[in-house]
Amino acid sequence: MTDDVLVVEDLRVEFPTRKGVLTAVDGVSLSIKRGEILGIVGESGAGKSMTGMAVLGLLEPPGRIASGKIWLSGQRIDQLSDDELRVLRGKRMAAIFQDPLTSLNPLFTVGDQLVETIRQHLSVGKDEARQRALDLMSEVGIPAPTVRIDHYPHQFSGGMRQRVVIALALCAEPELIIADEPTTALDVSIQAQITGLLKRLCKERGMAVMLVTHDMGVIAETADRVGVMYAGRLAEIGEVEALVKTPRHPYTVGLMGAIPSLTGDVKELSQIPGNMPRLTDIPQGCSFNPRCSRHVDRCFVEVPELSHSGVACWSVDEERRS
Amino acid sequence: MLAFLLKRLLNAAFVMLAVALLAFMIFRFFGDPVEMMVNEQATQSDRAELRERLGLNDGLLTQYVRFVGNAVQGDFGISYRNQQDVMVLMAERFPATFELVIVATVLSLLIGIPCGVLTAVYQDRKLADGLQLASIVGVSLPSFVVGILLILVFSVTLGWLPAFGRGDTVDIGWWSSGFFTPSGRAALILPSISLSLFQITLVMRLVRAEMLEVLRSDFIKFARARGLPLSVVHWRHALRNCLMPVITLTGMQIGNLIAFALVTETVFQWPGMGLLFIQAVTFVDIPVMAAYLMLVSFIFVLINTLVDITYAYVDPRLRSDASVKGGVANGH
Repeated sequence: MTDDVLVVEDLRVEFPTRKGVLTAVDGVSLSIKRGEILGIVGESGAGKSMTGMAVLGLLEPPGRIASGKIWLSGQRIDQLSDDELRVLRGKRMAAIFQDPLTSLNPLFTVGDQLVETIRQHLSVGKDEARQRALDLMSEVGIPAPTVRIDHYPHQFSGGMRQRVVIALALCAEPELIIADEPTTALDVSIQAQITGLLKRLCKERGMAVMLVTHDMGVIAETADRVGVMYAGRLAEIGEVEALVKTPRHPYTVGLMGAIPSLTGDVKELSQIPGNMPRLTDIPQGCSFNPRCSRHVDRCFVEVPELSHSGVACWSVDEERRS
Repeated sequence: MLAFLLKRLLNAAFVMLAVALLAFMIFRFFGDPVEMMVNEQATQSDRAELRERLGLNDGLLTQYVRFVGNAVQGDFGISYRNQQDVMVLMAERFPATFELVIVATVLSLLIGIPCGVLTAVYQDRKLADGLQLASIVGVSLPSFVVGILLILVFSVTLGWLPAFGRGDTVDIGWWSSGFFTPSGRAALILPSISLSLFQITLVMRLVRAEMLEVLRSDFIKFARARGLPLSVVHWRHALRNCLMPVITLTGMQIGNLIAFALVTETVFQWPGMGLLFIQAVTFVDIPVMAAYLMLVSFIFVLINTLVDITYAYVDPRLRSDASVKGGVANGH
């Protein structure tokens, strides 16, 4: 427990709407250690980004944390006020968003934005902050930082811009980085560079990283452990290698089957029939039951809890017991 | 940047030529200028002589070129009514209108922008509702009604401020300014409020709409994720991204304000160009009307050109200099 940077326990995020309360994240528990990358994978709307935003305290109203607990290095943070959270954000936990094109303010130079963030969190002078900005830029692999620091975001390519975003996240040496689809908007060759960079920074600095993505390939390459989310709940969580090689939850099995292989001679990719349910009509019992080929009677009645082995599935549960 | 400047200036010159053509045509359509200038006893030869002297026997194109040539040098002829050089008349009146419009514009920005930001940020508070309501009133009240109400309250009832005129002025070269005397400043207050009220609400509503849009953008969310205080996020990052349309609007509206000043100047008997124009219309004083048209158009064009150049300054993406483009090319 002492090594855990982030601990989330039974997190529930709700959106009160006119049609009733929607539950976007339901009973999610997870933890990330120092120097560890936890991947969170799932389809759009599975609640993966919501989980990240809830930790950062950046849920868009009317979204709110309905229940559950969040600790950052042992400090309970889910009950903090906006101001108290604001002090933590950027300093102890930072974020990287999907689209580097829109994450940066187009009207300020990257230097302005870096210096502004550094001086927000550390008590340093202008020159010192600028020096630190230069150091950060070279650390994230931006060539000729002394020239580039005075450029505007639109003068950078997508990959370089995401490096700037990462540098901004690193300004105050945070313990935790929440990377929300950091590579989705980039082309594949740049993707590998960015994930490589994240991985290196995570190991070197002993940061904890929550890597939210829908790309299983990125997870397999980057993450140490991975959680699979479906309709707001964690379906399965475990070491990446084990989960990729021997997925247990029927949904994870389906996901893995849907990934094209470069080496194997696969004629047709398997697909999971149907769609993820809308938040407004999540079926009773296990939310995956309408699409599941292995469902048992219990699946239609009771919501499966995440077992100690990291799977939330009655069918797997029964198999193991018998 | 130089090519951009040159292009804008060329555009502006063409627009002015077109306006000059219109102003020139007024002389042709409002009857025979000779008939208006001479008295009834003038003989036929007097008239012919005057016609020749005014160059009215030359070809249209020659006359137009001469008109433009004179206009460029600031020569719009002699006023039919008081036989004074039109440009001298204009120059006397211009500072009054200009100072009024400038004060009204500054007021509209100083009040409109903060109000717009506040109503956008505190969307669900009573204060925002109150300001919104007030802005509807401001948009709907015609400026002459506002002027009369202001006079009624502050001049007639309370007796705090003068109801008409410009107060004492100080001459700085040919420019007569009301900024430097207490009575000049006091006289400015009511007319400029009356002129800017509509403008304030316009700026406020524009800033509010832009802010609501910008506040939804990713870089605002990311700025918050960086741990910046809300005040910095709102007033620095969000507001600056709202300023483009405000600059455009303000620029365009300065032209409108000069036109609207006509009404305000009439209500407050403000000795500006608007009042001069109204008098000119009453007496069919065509040279004054033509000069007014040219001058107001010139201000319009000048401001629009300046606005375009300011764009390039505020938004670095619009600067078309080579170094910026080069930056993208060697981005990787």
